[in-house]
Amino acid sequence: MQGKTGVTDTIIDIDCVTKRYGSHTVLKDLCFSVRPGEKLALIGPSGSGKTTILRTLMTLETIESGTIRIDGEHLFQMERNGRLVPADEAHLHRMRTKIGMVFQLFNLFPHKCVLENVTLAPMLTKGVKKADAERRAMELLDLVGLADKARAMPVQLSGGQKQRVAIARALALQPKIMLFDEVTSALDPELVEEVLNVMRMLGSTTDMTMLLVTHEMSFAHDFADRVLFFDRGRIVEEGPPDVLFTNPSHERTQAFLKKIIAAGQRI
Amino acid sequence: MADWAGYLGLMLDGALVTAKLTVLGCALALPAAFAAGLGRLSRVSAVRTVSVAYIEFFRGTSIFVQLFWAYFVLPLMGVTLTPLQAGVLALGLNVGAYGAEVVRAAVQSIGREQHEACIALNLTRWQSLRHVLLPQAAVVMVPTFCNNAIELLKATSVVSLISLSDLTFQAQVVRSQTGSTALPFLTVLVIYFTYASLISLGMKALERRMTRGLDGLRT
Repeated sequence: MQGKTGVTDTIIDIDCVTKRYGSHTVLKDLCFSVRPGEKLALIGPSGSGKTTILRTLMTLETIESGTIRIDGEHLFQMERNGRLVPADEAHLHRMRTKIGMVFQLFNLFPHKCVLENVTLAPMLTKGVKKADAERRAMELLDLVGLADKARAMPVQLSGGQKQRVAIARALALQPKIMLFDEVTSALDPELVEEVLNVMRMLGSTTDMTMLLVTHEMSFAHDFADRVLFFDRGRIVEEGPPDVLFTNPSHERTQAFLKKIIAAGQRI
Repeated sequence: MADWAGYLGLMLDGALVTAKLTVLGCALALPAAFAAGLGRLSRVSAVRTVSVAYIEFFRGTSIFVQLFWAYFVLPLMGVTLTPLQAGVLALGLNVGAYGAEVVRAAVQSIGREQHEACIALNLTRWQSLRHVLLPQAAVVMVPTFCNNAIELLKATSVVSLISLSDLTFQAQVVRSQTGSTALPFLTVLVIYFTYASLISLGMKALERRMTRGLDGLRT
């Protein structure tokens, strides 16, 4: 995994990133990196910046300062005549091919059937032929257990089914990195497990790098190689789940986990 | 009685002209509405400026004046139009300006999450618009476009001022030749209403077709 600029075994490099909404600073000098294939869980209270960093990686947000590199290449900048200049649309387009995202509210296209939701982007962005795109989409829908819903419209699906379609849709572009933004937060409790099962299966059968923002602590515990605890735009503590969940060293992590347990969640 | 048949024939000729004006006017108004409506949302400021100028000019001046310009003033600049061409041009551009705001508002009514899904799936701006945003926005546009089309139909009567023999013009002719007022104007009323009903029904059918499968989507 030798990147262009000689950075070695990291696929995502976030260096001193600061992001503000007006006078409110959402990310403060945030630094972390991710190894290829790593499964990373981002936890923390709401408003701590964990969703913002996923959205920033997907280029849905811009940053005020700092640098982000994907595969050794700058995300928001590009080289021109030996100098770094702000990225243009073509650069962003190329960088986005490496990244896929699944949203809390699914964001399916309501006017397209399940199959079309999955085939649209490969056909448009990669020029995949319709028949090939459909064959691949059926494989993916089969993978998430929804092959029989291929012709259904999104409005006819349950929340859990919608989210599984959204996962298949993101997978269809074969990204190296998948971002999961609170993908079970909007689901009825009895539908959470079917989505988590799909993610477990992806985690164990693919070598995709996966970053998830989640409030499902027991899932994060089982799934992640590493957990980052965010608070007020910074990483307060990070470590393997066994350490961070059972023996957190920072008092804010302890207080957060205590609240989670008090709310009835298993860790 | 034979006279009446002749007069009715005259009015039907007028009705045909009115139908022609309405159809051609709409055929011009629709692309004008999309061009200017999407132009207002462009990232290029020159495109936005031109779109706003067009919309404000045609909404802000009377259709009479626009028609007179098309028919009487353009020839002074070397562009001579037939009465029908002038009528279609004025009607189409006038109603297109109103339609432009419908297009803009409908596209902007599509939620941010749809834009974000497009970015996450790496669609270009044009692809997002063409495949995701416009198909959803179109459903929102249809009822207001129906209003616009009926407005255009009724506005066609102004062309009698540039000597085009439309329905209203012919009714005046019949009235002055027969001295009967109620009958020709009743006929005119019925024909305009029939046309408007046809537009309404057509748009309803179109709306039903477009919302198929989207039940529960629209709020």
